[in-house]
Amino acid sequence: MISLENITWKAPGGGFGLEEVSFTIPGGAYAVMMGGTGCGKTTLLEILCGLRKPGQGRILLDDRDVTHLEPRERGIGYVPQDLALFPVQRVAAQIAFPLQMRGLKDDQGMIQELVEELGISHLMSRLPDALSGGEKQRVALARALAARPKVLLLDEPLSALDEATRGQAMELLRSLQARHRLTVLHVTHSASEAAALGSLLLRLENGAVTGGTK
Amino acid sequence: MRRPFWITLVLITAAYLLFWFLLIGATADFGTWDAWTLTVMKPEIRYAVGLSLFTCTAAAGFALLVAVPVGYLMARREFRGKTWVDAALDIPIVLPPMVVGICLLIFFQTSLGKAVETVLPFTYTIAGVVLAQFVVAAAFAIRTMRGTFDHLSPRPEQVALTLGATDLQSFRHVALPAARRGMLAAFCISWARSLGEFGPILVFAGATRMKTEVLPTTVWLELSVGNLDSAVAVSLAMIIIAVLVLVLVRSMGERV
Repeated sequence: MISLENITWKAPGGGFGLEEVSFTIPGGAYAVMMGGTGCGKTTLLEILCGLRKPGQGRILLDDRDVTHLEPRERGIGYVPQDLALFPVQRVAAQIAFPLQMRGLKDDQGMIQELVEELGISHLMSRLPDALSGGEKQRVALARALAARPKVLLLDEPLSALDEATRGQAMELLRSLQARHRLTVLHVTHSASEAAALGSLLLRLENGAVTGGTK
Repeated sequence: MRRPFWITLVLITAAYLLFWFLLIGATADFGTWDAWTLTVMKPEIRYAVGLSLFTCTAAAGFALLVAVPVGYLMARREFRGKTWVDAALDIPIVLPPMVVGICLLIFFQTSLGKAVETVLPFTYTIAGVVLAQFVVAAAFAIRTMRGTFDHLSPRPEQVALTLGATDLQSFRHVALPAARRGMLAAFCISWARSLGEFGPILVFAGATRMKTEVLPTTVWLELSVGNLDSAVAVSLAMIIIAVLVLVLVRSMGERV
């Protein structure tokens, strides 16, 4: 479960901000958040995963207060809009990164399982520059899931894909969420994407979140 | 209609390059092969070449060690007084070289400087040559590294934090590998800059033959005794080394 309580954030220099944003996403839900360009959706995701500090308010994950925890301690997977693959690391190294950072070994073949699940076993020796948009997206998802998160934050993950690939990607997201028992918060501009994926629809407008279950 | 504009720009570029080729060509034409080989065989010149290679490499290495963290800080963090820190980092670039040497000389006359020298003497020593080259070269290396990190998106480093990395791990495993071209460029620029350093070395480390004599010092010493052939030969050697470094930077920049 993700719970935000009165989260407030102001952009440096004033102007844009979030005013006492509160909402709850039940555990295992696939929430889709929509909102106009520049309304603060990405900022909200960054606050959730600890990359920005809120001015005030609390963030609870499964009733655990993570507001002051470092990003690495939150158990949140984050796939930003530009996917942010590591520019000079091969796919295999990118996916093994979370285990490497924690000094763990892949004893149970978790990485291999993920790679097969996402259909990217043929890409393991490639650099990000040699991947298509769809392949990059799968690698970014595999990397995020390799950290074994309970919560997955997706920032417009399908925006760079063509119509044909988008359908497959939506199917993939749905099955990943079910198989890994993830609570997902997916940000998008696309109403059709929201309708197809979301079990909970949220709208961020004028610094406040509204919405409910479908 | 646009043609005359571009032709003018091409002419300006060509005139500028021609000016430089004429300068280098005239210098190359001045010396003879015999004078060059005779100069290179002199033990003091060979010492200066060896010392230059050593001190430039050491100064560039130290410059890179400082430039990487400073450049990363300046590119990634916003803090009060950043504009002033940024300006302060450029001081060695805008200071006249002789003034840098005088500052070093005076610092090592203070009680703190004297205390440092009880551990490692700098004034009129090889360590002093490295320090004099380092203070200026580091400023150029910092500029280069900051530019490198500015051009790299911070997003992969941020994502690394969510994947279990600490700030240090994110820097070490994500930012540094991505910045390797910039690090190579910063090292080469610092190295080339150190090779040409003269003013601070003359003032702070002196121009003692077979002791603190580096290649620019050799040119000056040879000129001061009227030995123009040797001065020209050493100058040509420095031109060749500088061009080689430039070619190396360009080719590495494309390949790394």
